[in-house]
Amino acid sequence: MPLELIKEKWSNKIDVVTIGATKAEGGTRSKAIKVGGETGLPYLLEESEMPHKPVIAMEIFDVAPDDWPDTLKDPYGEVLNNPLEWAMKCENEFKADLLTIRLSGIHPDAQNRSEEDTVKLINEITAKVKLPLIILGCGDDAKDNLILPRCAEITKGERCLIGDAVQKNYKTIVAACLAYGHSIIAESPIDINIAKQLNILISEMGLPQERIVINPTVGALGYGMEYAYSIMERARIAAFGGDKMLSQPFICFVGQEAWRAKEAKAKISEFPEWGNEKERGILWEAVTASAFLQAGADILIMRHPKAIEIVKKHIEELIKN
Amino acid sequence: MAFSGLDIYKLLPKTNCRKCGFPTCLAFAMQLAKKAVSVEKCPEITAAAKAALEASAQPPIKLITVGEGEQKLEIGNENVLFRHEEKFFHPAGVGIIINDAASDEEIKNRVEHVNKLSFERIGQQISVNLIAVRQAGSDKARFEAVVKKVAELTKLGIVLISADAASLKAAAAHIAKRKPIIHAANKENYQELAAAAKELSLPLVVKADTLEELSELIPAVNSAGANDLILQTGDKPVNKKIWDLTQIRRMPLKKNNRVFGYPSLTVIKSNDTYEQVIEACDYILKYTGIVLLEGFEAYQILPILTLRQNIYTDPQKPLQVEPKAYPIGQVNENSPVLITTNFSLSYYTVLGEVEASKIPAFLISVDTEGMSVLTAWAAEKFTPDKINESIKKFGIPEKVKHKNIVIPGYVAVMSGDLEEKSGYRIIVGPREAAGIPSFLKNIQKAG
Repeated sequence: MPLELIKEKWSNKIDVVTIGATKAEGGTRSKAIKVGGETGLPYLLEESEMPHKPVIAMEIFDVAPDDWPDTLKDPYGEVLNNPLEWAMKCENEFKADLLTIRLSGIHPDAQNRSEEDTVKLINEITAKVKLPLIILGCGDDAKDNLILPRCAEITKGERCLIGDAVQKNYKTIVAACLAYGHSIIAESPIDINIAKQLNILISEMGLPQERIVINPTVGALGYGMEYAYSIMERARIAAFGGDKMLSQPFICFVGQEAWRAKEAKAKISEFPEWGNEKERGILWEAVTASAFLQAGADILIMRHPKAIEIVKKHIEELIKN
Repeated sequence: MAFSGLDIYKLLPKTNCRKCGFPTCLAFAMQLAKKAVSVEKCPEITAAAKAALEASAQPPIKLITVGEGEQKLEIGNENVLFRHEEKFFHPAGVGIIINDAASDEEIKNRVEHVNKLSFERIGQQISVNLIAVRQAGSDKARFEAVVKKVAELTKLGIVLISADAASLKAAAAHIAKRKPIIHAANKENYQELAAAAKELSLPLVVKADTLEELSELIPAVNSAGANDLILQTGDKPVNKKIWDLTQIRRMPLKKNNRVFGYPSLTVIKSNDTYEQVIEACDYILKYTGIVLLEGFEAYQILPILTLRQNIYTDPQKPLQVEPKAYPIGQVNENSPVLITTNFSLSYYTVLGEVEASKIPAFLISVDTEGMSVLTAWAAEKFTPDKINESIKKFGIPEKVKHKNIVIPGYVAVMSGDLEEKSGYRIIVGPREAAGIPSFLKNIQKAG
């Protein structure tokens, strides 16, 4: 009797979201990147398709980060103090797929950077860097609602991904994405019901579901990774089963979480039994990232160039036919 | 897959002879389904029906035991494909491969290093489970000698890897009481190895390139007498491997396919510093029962063991610590008092930072039913009333003479309410535990 394998056939698939617009599409990006479109659980290519492979976005900040360990700062060197040069290095030297600009410095408790300074920075980056862009606020609702719409306006037609919209603060950002042709990141606190609810609220304002990506809020390896892992698996199973309001690609803020972990940051002198800090930090970020790939991540936001290189290579291996 | 009462009824004689003590065969079947009686009570049942019933009472994936004593490793007997459906029960075994071609000195050093690959995380010890000795050439005497030596040097479980059945049999016989795994039976040597595994009562890896070939080889190995099996498919790209592992898990659980009702094993081919770690983690996430790799550096093994700990945590029952006031260091009546939850991750993260600060302090873990600070706060398990109650219940008024309490920065909003209720002055601590050492130093300076 021939062996009968069990192949899952699902009724629904993940939406395809496009980030970046080329000249022909009304923008100035060197390429447009598509994510999503999966018809089944990750990398089971015998039973489902993954038309667009997961991508990695490198992350730069408008002000130099003050909590990065040396092992993470070293590959960047001086450019950490110059966001424009930093962005150019990501494009030219590290060959990033996409660029994430995180506006941490606009937070009132941080440098409280102004609208003018931010507009100037985004204009410079848009002119000099041709990667598709992800633009992130600082988490302070009032400041984000002031500055993100301006960022959306000056990048009109570039088809950026803008975030994060949260349940208590989404309207202004959705309106800006609608007005200037961008897509949105919808963030929920490791909660499948809130993720769905927020997608419904955003859709009700008229933003098509092909312009939403889900940020399920992830934890680092060893720091709650498994909660997000299971939430993502549950959401995907619901999506493939037919739930259109959970059928959006996932974005995972891996670098931000992994580099907070003690295991990624601590010097070997503090924990000699943990081994070399350089390789340890890189692996902490890379393993966090690859775990979420297995849960269905479509966009990974990462920091260490070596970790990014490793995960990129691993993605090629995962989609090899 | 367990049979229902009706499934069982179909297998019974349907004579209602009452010899089992029940009025009808159906009533007896219902009791059997509840496992309330033994099938032995039915004197009329056919042998075939009895065998089918006994088989259905077995778990769909067999539990396999490797090693002995404290280092005993149990794999298999899993019930679900996704951990949110219940939980993953038996954490995958992680093993380090050692080549018998290395010098005696190198082997000794390596084994002693691997013995120490054990770390404490959130109150649990996470460790490597296995050492795999791989025969590099065909020197049987060398393989036997190295296996004996390794067995002396470690208490960990042992995997014997060789292409030569005679070497495997000889080595296994030397250390049979350590319950090593024999790796691996293939279509050429399975008769010989299955006989050895049966004779010595040892687990045997059954290896074939494809699932189709495995489906033919496994019953042959069973017929040859070996029933404690671990399954392995050939070398292939990671996604194809994940497909094989997924099928080996799916078939017994979803189709009651007993041929594949065993745990699986993967051997990492890559020797790249990083790649082999990522690959091992993928296989742990996707159902492997054992993963063997050559990498042995702490920075490679710590992430693998941490990932395993994460993924095998019970999703319905977060790891918790006992709610109480823990004295950290040489505390006295002036020591600061910090509040956190009884969620293990919160507690141990805060504990680590308090210890790092070298400033003795009382750490109160409030009973939040294992929820983290923000989750517990949102679920009203971490409220001013609850915290006040804990302060009093755990004897803080008797333990310290000052009237200050430090709360996590994320719940700063409750300061006023808690101050009123407790009569203590509330100091808002940092949001992230990493800020605790400098915070404690500052409040110490401020006196």
